[in-house]
Amino acid sequence: MDIDKNARYAASHEWARKEGSDFVTGISDHAQHSLGDIVFVELPAVGKTIKKGEAFGVVESVKAASDLYMPVSGTITAVNDALSGDPALVNREPYAGGWMIKYTAANPSEFDVMLSPEAYEAEAGKE
Amino acid sequence: MNLTPEPLAYELSRPGRMGTVLPACDVPETALPKNLLRAELSLPELDELTVVRHFTRLSQKNFAIDTQYYPLGSCTMKYNPKANEQAAFHPGWRNAHPLAGDAHNQGALELMYRLQDSLAATGGFSAVSLQPAAGAHGELAGVLMIREYHRSRGQPQRRTMLIPDSAHGTNPATCAMAGLDVVTIPSDAEGGVDMDALRAACDDTVAGIMITNPSTLGLFERNMEAIAKLVHDAGGLVYGDGANMNAIAGIVLPVELGVDVMHYNLHKTFSTPHGGGGPGVGMVGAAPVLAPFLPGPVVVKKGDAYAFEMPAKSIGRLKSFYGNFGVLVRAYAYVRMMGADGMRRMAENAVLNANYLKHRVEKTYKVKYPRRCMHEFVAMGDVAEGIRTLDIAKRLIDYGFHPPTIYFPLIVPEAMMIEPTETESKETLDAFAEALERIAAEARTEPDLLHDAPHNTPVGRLDEVAAARCPILCYRG
Ligand SMILES: Cc1ncc(COP(=O)(O)O)c(C=O)c1O
Repeated sequence: MDIDKNARYAASHEWARKEGSDFVTGISDHAQHSLGDIVFVELPAVGKTIKKGEAFGVVESVKAASDLYMPVSGTITAVNDALSGDPALVNREPYAGGWMIKYTAANPSEFDVMLSPEAYEAEAGKE
Repeated sequence: MNLTPEPLAYELSRPGRMGTVLPACDVPETALPKNLLRAELSLPELDELTVVRHFTRLSQKNFAIDTQYYPLGSCTMKYNPKANEQAAFHPGWRNAHPLAGDAHNQGALELMYRLQDSLAATGGFSAVSLQPAAGAHGELAGVLMIREYHRSRGQPQRRTMLIPDSAHGTNPATCAMAGLDVVTIPSDAEGGVDMDALRAACDDTVAGIMITNPSTLGLFERNMEAIAKLVHDAGGLVYGDGANMNAIAGIVLPVELGVDVMHYNLHKTFSTPHGGGGPGVGMVGAAPVLAPFLPGPVVVKKGDAYAFEMPAKSIGRLKSFYGNFGVLVRAYAYVRMMGADGMRRMAENAVLNANYLKHRVEKTYKVKYPRRCMHEFVAMGDVAEGIRTLDIAKRLIDYGFHPPTIYFPLIVPEAMMIEPTETESKETLDAFAEALERIAAEARTEPDLLHDAPHNTPVGRLDEVAAARCPILCYRG
């Protein structure tokens, strides 16, 4: 299992990383591996405000469709358009080219209480 | 099996070839209106013998319960007795027409009435509607009934449906169709509903819960009565997903467990075919609180005559005419052949077969919840490094078995959901278990045999990713 040490994690397998004044989110390597080959990613409209824990999109693989949950409340400033043509980017580079959304956080302290890379690794390893 | 891949009818086509020669036209010819003509409609041109051979060969490649074992979890692929077919082929049923009117269709109405009665008795329901055409359709009926019930009591704000995370995907999809919001309830370590999470979710927005018992993990929900009580105390109603009725029919009355409305898949428990994806029947039964809301029309008896009637507060029609009547005849034949005692033995043997098979399989494969199972169990296919459930499933085809349901329920990684049904002999169960054992051994010694499977089929491993990402949906010449 690959872990990005610069990110923090949600128990529902999304990661969040601070980039400048914004946050970026995608799903973890563990999540992409258990989903299998990803065939479709649905992302929100730019400008939408979504609360922590609410769904911001859907990821569909050959095995299952799963909601994607907002790890930190915020307003979407950009989505990764490359995923519509090449959803497998999430499989290949879950922490880089496979990013999903950028947003400004409504309450950045929500980021601080997310799981550390070590805590997430221990948590996901149990599955 | 004939291993030669069958070409498409388009590939067999030759310009000008025909199956029939029409007699000379003996009436004045009229040209078709220009606006109805189209140039792009290309149909294959074939002679009769080519067509007959093409479809016969395709049918011989078909994988069916009548040819091979089909332990597809959550689908109850039991044998469909031929007596059902004989009953349904009776000219009296076959030639009945819904527009002939009730007076001319009394026999058909009586059959539906009796079937309603028998199905009501198996669940403890006060009334039944035979309208819905599938399990998911029955779910939609039940959820709309619950929504209507709350509206009729001036509580339209009850819009939350609680659904355990082990549920079949049709449950949340149904709620989305009915415009309700889904709150997912996690499972506890035993595979049952997490009672603390349920308690926390039971507020005054709750419309109800959709619960499958036995669950899709093949486990009896031990807290069922407490779950129903929590939801009822919060003002909600209980939808029972009866897809797994094969484990409890003739033994447990769902209404006594607190269920207010439930569907049965007649194409599962009641032995009607799953043929080609349909037609099915997802009949709904209701306890007294919800009976007036059932979809209609339903059959009632007035004196000596049978008639169609809309229940008092019906959510309306869900299907043209009166449901899939031919399937109802098959289910009725089955119910009468089984009787109440037979139904009980059916369920007992379904559970016995599943536990026997589980006992053998769990020596080689992990089983996430080891407690006694009901009619099915969920094993895990990761028996060796680099081997996934998909590889096991594809290799099973080489051994002549239909793969189990895989990657569902979602809460079990590498899930392999095995439902033997009561109609299989011990020899078949043993042969299937042996195949799984041999595949587990191959997984360690010759993993590529699994990665490249299936080998004994007209086409090998299909590229499911390409099929999903860039599907080609029609013939392009
Ligand atoms: C647990 C469960 N619920 C609902 C359904 C939906 O039934 P149908 O396929 O008849 O629509 C299924 C079907 O497999 C099921 O397994």
